[in-house]
Amino acid sequence: MSDAILKVRNIETYYGPIVAIRGVSLDVQEGSIVTVLGANGAGKTTILKTISGVMDPQKGSVIFDGQEIQKQDPDWVMRQGLSHVPEGREVFPFLSVYDNLMMGAYTRKDRDEIARDVELVNSYFPILKERSDQPAGQLSGGEQQMLAISRALMARPKVMLLDEPSLGLSPRLVKEIFAIIKRLNVEQGMTMLLVEQNANIALHTADFGYVLEVGRIVMEDTTANLLEKDDIKEFYLGMQDHGVRGKRRWKKRKTWR
Amino acid sequence: MSEIQCGKKNKQEPSDNYWEAVLFEFLQLVIGGVSIGCIYALVALGFVLIYKATEVVNFAQGDLMMLGAFLAFTFITILGWNYWLGALAAIVCMFVIGNLMDRAILRPVLGQPQFSIIMITIGVGYIARSAAGMMPGWGNETYAISTPFSSQGMRLIPESMGQLVVSQTDLSVIVATLLFCAGLFAFFKYTRLGVAMQASSQNQLASYYMGIPVKAVFSMIWGISAAVAAAAGILLAPTTLIDTNMGFIGLKAFPAAVLGGFGSIPGAVVGGVIIGIIETLAGFYLPPGFKNVAAYLVLLLVLVVRPQGLFGEKTGKRV
Repeated sequence: MSDAILKVRNIETYYGPIVAIRGVSLDVQEGSIVTVLGANGAGKTTILKTISGVMDPQKGSVIFDGQEIQKQDPDWVMRQGLSHVPEGREVFPFLSVYDNLMMGAYTRKDRDEIARDVELVNSYFPILKERSDQPAGQLSGGEQQMLAISRALMARPKVMLLDEPSLGLSPRLVKEIFAIIKRLNVEQGMTMLLVEQNANIALHTADFGYVLEVGRIVMEDTTANLLEKDDIKEFYLGMQDHGVRGKRRWKKRKTWR
Repeated sequence: MSEIQCGKKNKQEPSDNYWEAVLFEFLQLVIGGVSIGCIYALVALGFVLIYKATEVVNFAQGDLMMLGAFLAFTFITILGWNYWLGALAAIVCMFVIGNLMDRAILRPVLGQPQFSIIMITIGVGYIARSAAGMMPGWGNETYAISTPFSSQGMRLIPESMGQLVVSQTDLSVIVATLLFCAGLFAFFKYTRLGVAMQASSQNQLASYYMGIPVKAVFSMIWGISAAVAAAAGILLAPTTLIDTNMGFIGLKAFPAAVLGGFGSIPGAVVGGVIIGIIETLAGFYLPPGFKNVAAYLVLLLVLVVRPQGLFGEKTGKRV
């Protein structure tokens, strides 16, 4: 797997003295959706922040498009073609929806192309066109998430990092947003690294998955295979294994422990 | 600090209508108040620009104004340049100085507690004041900048209706403030860099993710802020003359910023004008001494009654 567009090699990142990720490696192939699953505090967001340069790893390297990008400023990393859709959306609340999109295209100069991309984004998220002049702070949570994704798209990135797009959204909206994520991947060939707590929808959207527990990757496989694994079924999808006696075996452990 | 000249009283023979005279006197005071209020507004604008973007309260704002005025004095009076050229040069120089100040002094302490950053701005103010006193040609005297504006009054209404005048100096302050505000408004609203500045002040992290060079943008904001302060200093010069301590007027801009709602740009302007008017009226109608404390009484009142100010924004984050 040497032709991966984004390669993370053995990174270790700390919050002060506390180690958040302990040697994580992963690959993102061009044109694919890769997901990282994990519970609260597993270090999912930290991985994305380390990749986009907000946090600096103590060890290890991040190679994007053949270039080492770890320990660089986030605005520089972004200009290399890596867009980050942050957790909790983080839109600019007092700017209009349109201006938010324009900020997404801040690093670009080609006016015509930008205008075309606004049209493209509006075709994926028609609601944003209606709300074009409203301050982003007045949008609903789902609309803000759509705006955050669109804003990242406006930069025409090579890879998008998506941090918990399902956070705080109703199940119907989650479905809607993931359907659009999948469409963007298929129709635009957008490469994505998706971090998610909602394992079910993430595994059904992505091509390849990593499972992260307290800062370590404990399992990696194609999502089709992951969906078949007992541990994933039980601990991430909540499907209970009714044993021979028709009762749940409460002593059962995860196999990787 | 020399006394700020307020509205001109018209010593007129008591006319047939006493109340009319009182009314015109009042209006005359308001005009003077608006003029001095515009200066407060410009200084407050500088406070607010920096505060909005970087959450630093720059206590050296008044001293930046002083430096701007002294630079203009150097260009216009000492070097004998044209007034407009000298004023423009001073504003540009202050833009560069503000920019460098952020780069050299404030950026290295980024991430330190608020308290230390505020202490640094106070320290910078002291240094600026002392340095200006030591500069050859500047010193601790009081100086005047020769301006093309006369302090002679111009009639606002025909003489038959009454006496209401505005001096060219006051008018220049008001017009320049309006122009500056309009310019800044257009800049923030319609230019890419201006919108990026708004974005950086609203959400620093997200701005980084957009590829906006946030640190450079913050330095630009410091530059703009210093430039606006310089403009205020130059406009104030004909009224109060310039000396190294003129920066203390920045302390009066502070209530103006709070009254408008710290962090609101239109608020700073409106707050400045209101403080100017209140101060002038207090100086005329109330016993001596009230003129100097009026602004701070307003500050206390605002903090008690409406802490978010007139235009304060209260918004929660949607989760």
